Amino acid sequence: MSDSHDRQSNIAMAPHSSTEVPMLEPGHTYGSVTDQISAIVLTRRTPRGWFVGFGISFLLLMAFLYATAYLFAKGIGIWGTTIPIGWAFPIVNFVWWVGIAHAGTLISAILLLLRQEWRTSINRFAEAMTLFAVSCAGLFPLLHLGRPWVFYWLLPYPNTMDLWPQFRSPLVWDVFAVLTYFTVSLLFWYAGLIPDLATLRDRTTSRFAQIVYGMLALGWRGSAAHWHRYQTAYLLMAGLATPLVISVHSIVAMDFAAAIVPGWHTTIFPPYFVAGAIFSGFAMVMTLAIPLRAVYGLQDFVTMRHLDNMAKIILATGSILAYGYFIEVFFSYYSGNPYERYVTINRALGPYAWSYWALIACNIVTPQLLWSRSLRRSVPVLFVVAMAINVGMWLERFVIVVISLHRDFLPSSWQMYYPTAWDITHFVGSLGLFFTLLFLFIRLLPMISIFELRELVHETEGEG
Amino acid sequence: MTDDVNNLADLRHPPPDCTDRSDESVPLDWDTLRTRLSGAGGRTFWKGLDELTESPEFLDYVSREFPRQSGEWMDTVARRSFLKLMAASLGLAGVGLGGCLRQPDEKIVPYVRQPEDFVPGNPLFFATCTTLGGYAMGLLVESHLGRPTKIEGNPDHPASLGATDAFAQASILSLYDPDRSQTVLKGGQISTWGEFLTALSAELPALRGRDGKGLAILTETVTSPTLAGQLRSLLKELPAAKWHQYEPVGRDNVRAGAKRAFGEYVDSIYHFDRAEVVLALDAEFLTGMPGSVRYARHFMDRRKLSRRDGPAGATGHAMNRLYAIESTPGLCGVVADHRLPMRADRIEGFARALAGELGVAVADGQVPAATEVPAAWLAALVSDLKSHRGTSLVIAGDGQPAVVHALTHAINRSLDNLGRTVETIEPVEAEPVDQLASLRALVESMRADEVDLLVVLGGNPLYNAPGELDFAKYYEQVRLRVHLSEYFDETSFVSHWHIPAAHYLESWGDARAFDGTATIQQPLIAPLYQGRTAHELLASLSGHPELTAYEVVRQYWKGRWGDADFEMRWQRALHDGVVANTKAQPHNVMWSFTDRASASISPLADHADLEVNLCPDPTVWDGRFANNGWLQELPKPLTKLTWDNAAIVSPRTAERLGVSNHDLVELSRGGRTVRAPAWIVPGQADDSISLALGYGRTRSGRIGNGAGVNAYILKTARPEWFVGGVELKPTGERRALAVTQNHYSMEGRGLVQIGTLTQFEHDPKFVDATSRHPENLPTLYPKYEESENAWGMVIDQTACTGCNACIVACQAENNIPIVGKEQVGKGREMHWLRIDRYYKGGLDNPETYFQPVACMHCENAPCELVCPVGATVHSHEGLNQMVYNRCVGTRYCSNNCPYKVRRFNFLNYDAEFGYDGDQAPVLKLLRNPDVTVRSRGVMEKCTYCIQRINESKIEAQKQNRPVRDGEIVTACQGACPTRAIVFGNIRDSESQVARLKESPLNYSLLAQLNTLPRTTYLARIRNPHPDLEGPATTDTPPIHPTAMDRVEGGER
Repeated sequence: MSDSHDRQSNIAMAPHSSTEVPMLEPGHTYGSVTDQISAIVLTRRTPRGWFVGFGISFLLLMAFLYATAYLFAKGIGIWGTTIPIGWAFPIVNFVWWVGIAHAGTLISAILLLLRQEWRTSINRFAEAMTLFAVSCAGLFPLLHLGRPWVFYWLLPYPNTMDLWPQFRSPLVWDVFAVLTYFTVSLLFWYAGLIPDLATLRDRTTSRFAQIVYGMLALGWRGSAAHWHRYQTAYLLMAGLATPLVISVHSIVAMDFAAAIVPGWHTTIFPPYFVAGAIFSGFAMVMTLAIPLRAVYGLQDFVTMRHLDNMAKIILATGSILAYGYFIEVFFSYYSGNPYERYVTINRALGPYAWSYWALIACNIVTPQLLWSRSLRRSVPVLFVVAMAINVGMWLERFVIVVISLHRDFLPSSWQMYYPTAWDITHFVGSLGLFFTLLFLFIRLLPMISIFELRELVHETEGEG
Repeated sequence: MTDDVNNLADLRHPPPDCTDRSDESVPLDWDTLRTRLSGAGGRTFWKGLDELTESPEFLDYVSREFPRQSGEWMDTVARRSFLKLMAASLGLAGVGLGGCLRQPDEKIVPYVRQPEDFVPGNPLFFATCTTLGGYAMGLLVESHLGRPTKIEGNPDHPASLGATDAFAQASILSLYDPDRSQTVLKGGQISTWGEFLTALSAELPALRGRDGKGLAILTETVTSPTLAGQLRSLLKELPAAKWHQYEPVGRDNVRAGAKRAFGEYVDSIYHFDRAEVVLALDAEFLTGMPGSVRYARHFMDRRKLSRRDGPAGATGHAMNRLYAIESTPGLCGVVADHRLPMRADRIEGFARALAGELGVAVADGQVPAATEVPAAWLAALVSDLKSHRGTSLVIAGDGQPAVVHALTHAINRSLDNLGRTVETIEPVEAEPVDQLASLRALVESMRADEVDLLVVLGGNPLYNAPGELDFAKYYEQVRLRVHLSEYFDETSFVSHWHIPAAHYLESWGDARAFDGTATIQQPLIAPLYQGRTAHELLASLSGHPELTAYEVVRQYWKGRWGDADFEMRWQRALHDGVVANTKAQPHNVMWSFTDRASASISPLADHADLEVNLCPDPTVWDGRFANNGWLQELPKPLTKLTWDNAAIVSPRTAERLGVSNHDLVELSRGGRTVRAPAWIVPGQADDSISLALGYGRTRSGRIGNGAGVNAYILKTARPEWFVGGVELKPTGERRALAVTQNHYSMEGRGLVQIGTLTQFEHDPKFVDATSRHPENLPTLYPKYEESENAWGMVIDQTACTGCNACIVACQAENNIPIVGKEQVGKGREMHWLRIDRYYKGGLDNPETYFQPVACMHCENAPCELVCPVGATVHSHEGLNQMVYNRCVGTRYCSNNCPYKVRRFNFLNYDAEFGYDGDQAPVLKLLRNPDVTVRSRGVMEKCTYCIQRINESKIEAQKQNRPVRDGEIVTACQGACPTRAIVFGNIRDSESQVARLKESPLNYSLLAQLNTLPRTTYLARIRNPHPDLEGPATTDTPPIHPTAMDRVEGGER
């Protein structure tokens, strides 16, 4: 630790950085980078904290599976979902997870194309996070079906019933959007892993690990031809993945925007959902990065520069979101539509007003702290802000989904929504699934891209 | 004998095993045993030591074909029931039902000789009748392959006119109720009818010897000529026997009022079709009263503007006007043009004041009630009544004391209404008596140990006798108690013999309607269980156990008609559902009433003193329907409460007493206490609490047990339905109630268009133009192809009384499950049709509006485009169709439905109640075979009764003609007493529905959304007295939110 403090005094001398914080603490060589990251997987003792964390996550995952079994046995009546609140916690969770899943692709693809080198240290686990978040997200629409065993009827496949999905429904688009996103994210993540898997294969001493990593590395030998093709393919993939960042959440937004429910029927939803997704994705990356770099001593690779940049993105997307909230309120007034107006009033003053104001506090007020450079450099502040945003974004979806539905057109149908223990088990359980996968990932794969860091070492040296 | 009977009572506790198996073991001969075994070799097996010793007991055992005890099973009936029970228990244990076993082979065999008219798939309709409070309503019952599935009204029957009430609609479920009593029970143990007859015949000689002394028969109100004949001849045979009558929701006040006014028992029937001004004094004539279905029709026929064909006002008679004074909000108050809430005990004072104004000599001028009635109100009412001599009608509620009824007769007499709008006829009841006195006499004689044998024919006095009489205590003193009832209920439980009663759809009988018209009740199905009728039981009491109900009823009518033409007349009566020329004759009455101060019910109580109104429940009535899930889950018209009764209090009283919704309060009077949850209802009279009867059943079955609280405990032994001097104490506890509508106000959204008659006559197009069906709006999409038929519906909100008959009819027709209280509380009720209720105006006496809402079958249906699997699609005839098999259950369609009429099967609801095919196979018989039973996880909604549409289309196609207007009648439409619902082909400009859609009153709900609903509404038109109301506005200002928050459901 003191070592890194010493280095920080040299910050100003770091040749590459125009700001004062480098992307990679100086003094690293190819070897030190490789050693330090691969050691987490191969040689270092697994910290006790990992076992505790994995254990808790796994227990939650089991709770999730138990709740799911009960759900399949009884029906979705075990949840608090009702008429008129036909969508509730499961859809809130779905949108929340999909939103979180946005940061990974954004960091990997868009920032790659924009040549933002600072992405290097965080892209690997951001992508992993994306993949796991999409997995969690993808489960909820399936579980929330009244008859989950016929979920495949949403897919266009030739069948003897001569039936076809109804392509006017945004839910069908959703199926495609989420499946595509999952597939591309998985490929992108895996492609990025190949050189590192080869590194692990070469460095491990266990025969079993050699075989597994060897198979996964697909015969990577690191020849110039390999690298040449690899870079081209990776860029192309990044190009393919880029539109998905926009499309997935736009389509999720259309699930709502295409409906006539007051509070949903808004053209601003797609861009506003995408901004919100990036906002929540970065918050989640930050939430994961801060403890990881502390526990595994990765401050050299995930530096304050990274955290600072992420904080800026959060601030920027948070401002877009705030604009979205404002425009929503403005248009409900300006439209002259009494139902839209009522929804806004009901959000702010109705029985769930607490959730609306908590959302404003978490998503709009708290991120304003990030205007201050010193607060942006304070790890505890960043962590608190990121956590607030995680909560706030979940509440945002709650406000959109539940509050809009619980009081729509006919006052006779108005109802209150109360989640049941099963709703909560499914939500917390999905966190269990997410963290179980994440803990396995940390333990079994390099959480930071080794080869890209080596490139970074090269570049910083070269320029120095 | 006495000992025997005592033993009977003990039989509820199973006696010790009394078989002759001796447990003392025979000492074994060990030596013999050893020698035998030592000598045995090879494959000699022995079963037990008994075999080896060859003890005589063992040899005897082996030589007998059946074990000794099996002698008891030689009786064929008992052996059969044993086998049945064994089969059932094996079945329950899962033997033969395991999923891994093959389905048993079943053969389907066609009829060798097909019964006439009996075509599988085509239902048949039979005429019969049901009774409520003894009075008949004629029905046509749909029967599929011998099983009744749906009830419709009989257009030829005077009390039905083709419609029904909710009770009649729901009675089909009671037929198949798996909790109905299925066997004769002797002291709670399974017995047989034969054994009962044996026990009874042992009693008869002694009874005859004493001329029937000690025999008492308790019935409910009897209008059945046959049953009355049987009872009379029994009483002739056994002159010392006693016949008592007690109907828990009885008409003692009506009878006593008539006697006081005319000096004799007469029934009044009302001609609402001739009345232009009606005053209802706590009278719920639109539901529950004998003849109310007919009254509702006639009353509304005078109100509907939609009936004015052509130019407005062409029908030649004015819209009638209703004034209602109510203690608790009811349907009449909703329909009324002017309503006043008033404590039930003050109505006497009001009636006297009004009578005085109209020139009737009344006892005294001291009328505290008049202070509650605004002077202008009374003046307007008096002038309206005075200017409508002979065409006005004043009607008092069954719960009001006799003197109010007498005063009402006096008022009607002074207004020349007698013989015009009010007709007096000979009593319809076989034996009109003061039933409360009759019951009291029975209790007295039970207490004096004068009753030796008590036969209770129907009814459940142990539950529903007034608490003050302590019926239960003295009932147990009767030596032999026989109870005939459909359920093993509270009374059966403490009776020696319980005889399962046959449901009315299983039994022969007869009954008379409110106007005396008799109907022969014919069964639709043989008794599902061992049900017996009162006729059979009485025949056995008279020593003719061999007579069946069929023979008894035929005998009676043969006696009345003579042998000539009997078969013809019998067939005619069965076919028509009415016996011709049986309407009671008008009875000219003498006037004998003078109002005396002593005739008042009681010194008028102090205002601070609370009264409790113990009225029949709008859904479970007096408790007889407590185990009927459809009725339990049917939202009560005004409170929208399900599965419970509640102490209904006015907002002001609630404020004074510091109670809010769901608060458990203790109501006590004279040492009797009831704990009920409070429910605040705008429009309830201040300081008056309404607590419906019929709840708090303990032995009604899986549905009714434990629902609500028993209000009979508070009931006094007085005929009026309200009791004063009640104390209310909040307990600090809460009991969650389940309501289907939590919000009371329209939020200024103009959902129900409202206008007054003057407004309409002044400007027929007063209905908000934006709420009209927009036509030919520009669209990018191609128009739907025109088809021959375009189905549509119009609901006349002026004519809707909110009586709920349509909801139950829909439930019966469409196999809609019930979901239970907890699920209703969550908002998951499954009714395809609901009646929304909104308030307008102040909290203490708001105007109330009903709006039936089912699927609107939008032409631009928002649900259709969001379904990812195409499970909800549009038919070329404009139906919005649900394809249950295709539905995966995303519930997106429901979210996108602005009317929220889609219902989702969140759970397997039938299984939750043990109502699925496995646990209650009998309920399979109830299902309408024309409608799919939906599974868990599937969305469903109103289909416009597509099965009925298709049936008519097929019929029309066979005859090569278009479907005629009026040929298709939806279930809701068929049940509606006031014909407020009209369905048909809107493409046919001559159809009734198309003409109604042309009415200036026609509007669409949420028309701004451009969903183009096929169901539209006719605006609600009121006819207030011009002096009492200025020109009304159509907008509905929301009730102040904080005030409503206190009243609304709020948290659960």
